[in-house]
Amino acid sequence: MTKPVLSIVNLTVEIPTRRGIFKPVEGVSYDIRPGEIRGVVGESGAGKSMTGNAVIGLLDPPARITEGEVWLNGRRIDQLDAEGKRRIRGGEIAMIFQDPLTSLNPLFTVGEQLVETIQLHLGLSATEAQKRAIALLDRVRIPNAKERFHQYPHQFSGGMRQRVVIALALCSEPSVIVADEPTTALDVSIQAQVLDLIKELARERQVGVILVTHDMGVIADTTDQVTVMYEGRVVEQGTTSQILGAPTHAYTKSLIAAVPRPQVKLRRFPQVSYGGRDTAFKIEDLARNWDRSTTSKSGTLLEVKGLTKRFLEKGAILPSHRRYFTAVDDVSFDIKDGEVFGLVGESGSGKSTVARMLATLYPVDGGTVTFDGQEITGMTAKQLSAYRKQIQMIFQDPFSSLNPRMSVGDIVAEPLAHHKLLSRSEVGPRVRELLDRVGLAPDAYRKYPHEFSGGQRQRISIARALATQPRFLICDEPTSALDVSIQAQILNILKDLQEHLGLTMLFISHDLPVVRQMCDRVGVMRQGKLVEVQETSALFERPQSSYTRELLDLMPRLEQLSEKEIADLRT
Amino acid sequence: MLSFIVKRVGQSVLVLLVTGLVAFSMFTFVGDPIDNMLGQERTMEDVERLRTQLGLDQPFVVQYVRFLEQAAQGNFGISYRQGRPVAEILMERAPATLELAAVSGILAIVMGIALGVFTAIRRDGVAANLIMSISLIGVSLPTFLIGILLIYLFSVELGWLPSFGRGETVKIGGWSTGFLTESGLKALILPAITLGLYQMTLIMRLVRSEMLEVLRQDYVRFARARGLSNRVVNFRHALKNTMVPVITVIGLQLGSIIAFAIITETVFQWPGVGLLFINAIQFVDIPVMAAYLMLISVMFVAINLLVDILYAMIDPRLRSAS
Repeated sequence: MTKPVLSIVNLTVEIPTRRGIFKPVEGVSYDIRPGEIRGVVGESGAGKSMTGNAVIGLLDPPARITEGEVWLNGRRIDQLDAEGKRRIRGGEIAMIFQDPLTSLNPLFTVGEQLVETIQLHLGLSATEAQKRAIALLDRVRIPNAKERFHQYPHQFSGGMRQRVVIALALCSEPSVIVADEPTTALDVSIQAQVLDLIKELARERQVGVILVTHDMGVIADTTDQVTVMYEGRVVEQGTTSQILGAPTHAYTKSLIAAVPRPQVKLRRFPQVSYGGRDTAFKIEDLARNWDRSTTSKSGTLLEVKGLTKRFLEKGAILPSHRRYFTAVDDVSFDIKDGEVFGLVGESGSGKSTVARMLATLYPVDGGTVTFDGQEITGMTAKQLSAYRKQIQMIFQDPFSSLNPRMSVGDIVAEPLAHHKLLSRSEVGPRVRELLDRVGLAPDAYRKYPHEFSGGQRQRISIARALATQPRFLICDEPTSALDVSIQAQILNILKDLQEHLGLTMLFISHDLPVVRQMCDRVGVMRQGKLVEVQETSALFERPQSSYTRELLDLMPRLEQLSEKEIADLRT
Repeated sequence: MLSFIVKRVGQSVLVLLVTGLVAFSMFTFVGDPIDNMLGQERTMEDVERLRTQLGLDQPFVVQYVRFLEQAAQGNFGISYRQGRPVAEILMERAPATLELAAVSGILAIVMGIALGVFTAIRRDGVAANLIMSISLIGVSLPTFLIGILLIYLFSVELGWLPSFGRGETVKIGGWSTGFLTESGLKALILPAITLGLYQMTLIMRLVRSEMLEVLRQDYVRFARARGLSNRVVNFRHALKNTMVPVITVIGLQLGSIIAFAIITETVFQWPGVGLLFINAIQFVDIPVMAAYLMLISVMFVAINLLVDILYAMIDPRLRSAS
């Protein structure tokens, strides 16, 4: 066996807090060999990223390494001073961050940022550095590298920017790359391309890669070795096939079981049972008081015909010179009462724009939307207000969709107050009841959003959406910012809502396995057009359009899972 | 980029038309100019004659258009008090105000940005905290009080610097400058500090909070992860991003330095347009007031136009969006 390029031995990171010393990383050890990709997997807060940051000396004080050793190419690096660690960063160890949209400085061209890094580490002249930068852009397969060199980050798409970030990481011929959730913010198809590129580069340049992720599909597709972390400790490690095929630790087992499967439809999402932190969602109590007086006469709740939305791309004084971008192009579908309708597609395909038009957040440019027999485009202000009460939205990012200056109680009370549904004295008890039903402790009422985790915040969003007792719920990527285990909890809540309250849902996602589990029917969107609408099982088993087939092929899978385990999950 | 500039210039012209309307309205609504011009002993015929002669019997709109025509040519009429053309008086006084504003503006920008960056980088340092506390005084004390305190300390007690006036000036063409004589430069110090102190603390606090925000961004972390030194990260990557919002505010503040000059000029008896304006108000010298208003608004608009263009030059995202 080749010698490891990087060895982490018994590493412990401590953060002193008022309530004593907190150890986000405790006794972690693993090795990386040249050309090898090691996946580090676990929930957020498991210490995966903290380990990577500790290795390259980017810990935010007061966090510090208190125990253990880090060896790089036979040299101990954890005891180096700040200047010594800076020399290693971006030199022998490079990093790739999660969000390509924010990791590049928007005010400098891509070329400037590359040249700066190359000159720093390799000491080349400006022209040589430029030559090398263009070669690198070419290597990460950015078309027209010579012209793109002079462009700014905002002129690149998300996937292209992540390629630029990878090029930046390669600037100095590193021996180790720490990739922290490099594809979490990307679409399935882009994710596959970026992961392929990382695999290829690791092999070609004999670079050791630490791939931090919470996505088991990515682990299965990309890595050679896996380290599973839970609450700062390594619970299990070994080769990828060994960990995924025959996990020994209970946490690993339940983590693998919780990954939504595209192959079969299960009644509920299996949850990560280890640690037992799920709080109950009291659906029965909620169902008792639910107003069901309104059911649609025809069986069809929402009918969309020829829906179109254009955005101004380039303004001009003369209307004939204006350029428009058609975000949604002649989209038609209908949603039955009590049905969960899925909408899938890559980012930019127009799925969120459809949702926003349905929620009247964007005006409709063409076509009609009919809700329960009434067309929403022709509604008076009063009718529109009544319509808005019946539809509610749950957004993707639970961190930005809740006002940080409002208490949770006020957030949930706002729709009630706005629609004047209850008298002032009734609002408080009703809000407390809602918070209780979505599984939040009573003290949540006075707290502020930042005091909650992502999953809890999404529960707050659900409570807010349910406050007006809506009939139609629009969920725009409700779990794509969450861990697998939390995702399962939230999705199960949504399933319960649909089952027990008869809610109709529009469920938008780019995660196909989740869509398979959640939806009755699915529409596939591409470049503003609806390319296919089918029953979910039919879509997954007999896709009609070539684009749907392509999407299904790109989905990372856990092939290692045996038939028997799937059978176990069904029970 | 060109359509962006054309648009901004169009908006600027609109702003000037509106302030022109306000300035013009002063003639019509703040008393009757005929009353001001003719003395106690006048006949009805005199009044009528002057009214037709000055065109004051014409409809409002016609008068406004004529006012604009005249103003565009730099003709703002004749001062009621001094009996000389307003444009001439302004030209005499403008250099004093512009020199004072320029020096205090540069002082405010340079010191404000430097201290702002320093306090952001050394966020928890003793010096940074001391500067932040002292800067509170700069924001909270009124300008005239700072001026009086400076005069008391440096002119009365220490006797180092003059307490009023511009010192000796040298005339270059039509422009009288205080930059070339020792007494002129000495006289400039106290008023410039007085005028610039508030803007300086404001810019400093803004730069500090923007910089702290920028230092939290992912691209700064990523720049560090690329191994760039602190100096490059702070002064190349972070500072440029900090400047984007700061520039807008600096533009507005430079405008108000000229407008706020009134108070400083009064305290230091500085012979600029601000002092002229105060005197004009006391004597209801409307042509001077109107001209001053127009002058200030032209400055404001011009500075903000420059700022907008500068903004687009720094931020490539704005360039392509326009």
